[in-house]
Amino acid sequence: AAKAAKFDLSDVEVHRLDSKPATTTTATKEECFDYYRTMATIRRMEIVSDTLYKEKMIRGFCHLYDGQEAVVTGIEAGTTRDDHIITAYRDHGHQIVRGGTVEDVMAEQFGRAHGCSKGKGGSMHMYHFENRYYGGNGIVGAQLPIGAGLAFAAKHLKQNAVSVAYYGDGAANQGQYFEALNMAKLWKLPVIYVCENNGYGMGTSLERASANTLYYTRGDSVPGMRVNGMDILNVREATKFAREYALENGPIIMEMMTYRYHGHSMSDPGTSYRTRDEVSKVREERDPIKNLQKRMVEAGYATMDELKAIDKEVRADVDKQTKAAKAQPEPADKELFTDIVLGEHIPHRAVDVKTGGYQ
Amino acid sequence: ASMTVREALNSAMDDEMSRDDTVVLMGEEVAEYNGAYKISKGLWEKYGSDRVIDTPITEMGFAGIGVGAAMAGMRPIVEFMTWNFSLQAIDHIVNSAGKALYMSGGQAHTPIVFRGPNGAAAGVGAQHSQCFAAWYGSVPGIKVLAPWSAEDARGLLKAAIRDENPVVFLENEILYGESFEVADEVLDKDFVLPIGKAKVEREGTDVTITCFARMVSVALDAAEQLAKEGISCEVINLRSIRPLDREAIFNSVKKTNRIVSLEEGWPHFGVGSEIIALVTEGETFDFLDAPPERITGADVPMPYAPNLETLAKPQAQNVIDAVKRTVYRNK
Repeated sequence: AAKAAKFDLSDVEVHRLDSKPATTTTATKEECFDYYRTMATIRRMEIVSDTLYKEKMIRGFCHLYDGQEAVVTGIEAGTTRDDHIITAYRDHGHQIVRGGTVEDVMAEQFGRAHGCSKGKGGSMHMYHFENRYYGGNGIVGAQLPIGAGLAFAAKHLKQNAVSVAYYGDGAANQGQYFEALNMAKLWKLPVIYVCENNGYGMGTSLERASANTLYYTRGDSVPGMRVNGMDILNVREATKFAREYALENGPIIMEMMTYRYHGHSMSDPGTSYRTRDEVSKVREERDPIKNLQKRMVEAGYATMDELKAIDKEVRADVDKQTKAAKAQPEPADKELFTDIVLGEHIPHRAVDVKTGGYQ
Repeated sequence: ASMTVREALNSAMDDEMSRDDTVVLMGEEVAEYNGAYKISKGLWEKYGSDRVIDTPITEMGFAGIGVGAAMAGMRPIVEFMTWNFSLQAIDHIVNSAGKALYMSGGQAHTPIVFRGPNGAAAGVGAQHSQCFAAWYGSVPGIKVLAPWSAEDARGLLKAAIRDENPVVFLENEILYGESFEVADEVLDKDFVLPIGKAKVEREGTDVTITCFARMVSVALDAAEQLAKEGISCEVINLRSIRPLDREAIFNSVKKTNRIVSLEEGWPHFGVGSEIIALVTEGETFDFLDAPPERITGADVPMPYAPNLETLAKPQAQNVIDAVKRTVYRNK
């Protein structure tokens, strides 16, 4: 068996928990390379998306995930594909960790026929049902009761699986979140609520939106943890702990302290409500990819040159998959009228019934 | 046999719960209290707390939980104590359930039934008296059913629970206690009605009356009175608001050449607005011998005083007057 190096983890603050995740962990070289490649791929994909948005290849709303890569990568490492995942509209990274490809994500953003939602969803609506990833919800907070519902099914169907429902610090003030937490606790649903606290709900800093900014404490009777979301290994260990807890006891909150480098969406340069210095300071001091690089170099798993070589490979791969996505055809016109309801065909009216009729 | 609408709904859920253990019922007071209107009577005792689930008063939350459970392999029935409270949860019906299949390019399978009493009861005032047929009927991605008789209630609810899509099921409180004669086949545990098919409740030759839910009773009452004056009405019970049985309406209008649409919802952008638009924009226009008519609830919030409430809801006399105008028999 491969030798696994030992790594120290940052402290986790807890709410209503008697125990905590371990303060050290081990990870093999292979695991670390796997995490590194995933995070580098998400980072590169988002930078390419930014460029292509500006070139008008990508339309509408587009929320980029760069800066937050350690969260989805760590949670995927701490869960299994039996577990159910749901998030809001900042969903590209989730698609990748759940088995989607860069081509799937880019093709979806380009509105192409073989995008992960056949080009009908767009940036905000990516899904991978086969791997129990349920999107991709564009309504802030709506994914939280749905996430409890996934846990309801997991429990009822005796799947020994949890549901992971992601939300931002902005969504944490939605009423339906508290409705869902209450029922999840009452019914002991195995759900992990993951607050991706990146500091801002659109352009509103968390202090201006939340009377209590300790998001991991806001479940009242539901216990919580505050985790360094910029470190993949911290996230992974906290997730393993939370998963065991949720299967045994019901809901738990994991607040992930993270940061987004881009603005809220493409219309937001991300500079009116925070300083450029703040962003560069995070890039310098807390960047999740740099953190993993440091750990890998210190453990003797890799040299910086080797990691730079991976970056180069990832870059070429993302470019190649983006090119393939661009080459995909647009969805056929008939796709306008498919996937509305399942089962026996129901006619739906075209824009002009005299020329288009009912399809 | 004779059966109330309440018994029809209760037996439909009972049949489907015993047939498929992924069917669960959740909502306010559905379990230990036996349902605010006793539609779920006895089900908690029979199926237990895992499958008949009392929720807190939290419509948005439990509607969303239902949607998530449906996506992950369950077939939930979500009861709203009344559809008026569904406004708290409408985002999950329209955006979460109704659009998921399309947005996911065909991946999201969401078999869920939202049900409860819809429309005006008696004396409950503005916030508790409203018809949602037009609201939900306008949304692609969901099916909307509105039963009238015990046969409708039983056959359509069983079909809704077996359907692979989100279904909005609009019951009526005043009809719950009404008894209907039902054929033996209706009692069969596999009796289901086709979704999207209307039923001709009374055949006629002079004018078509389209209606649904409690308004079928009003239309039949009017038709009976008009028959005494030699006017023959064809009464179409729509049963399904979406999909709408356009063929049934068109075929009837081609025969009678006249149409009166009856509903208790508001007139603006209502079910009748759609029906009359359909009839006038297509070939049936050439078959019309009189302007189509709409009888609807008055365009006001529901008042409390009984005299005003009566004025706000369609009465048989309103239908009689409209029919007579279309056959040019007005004094």
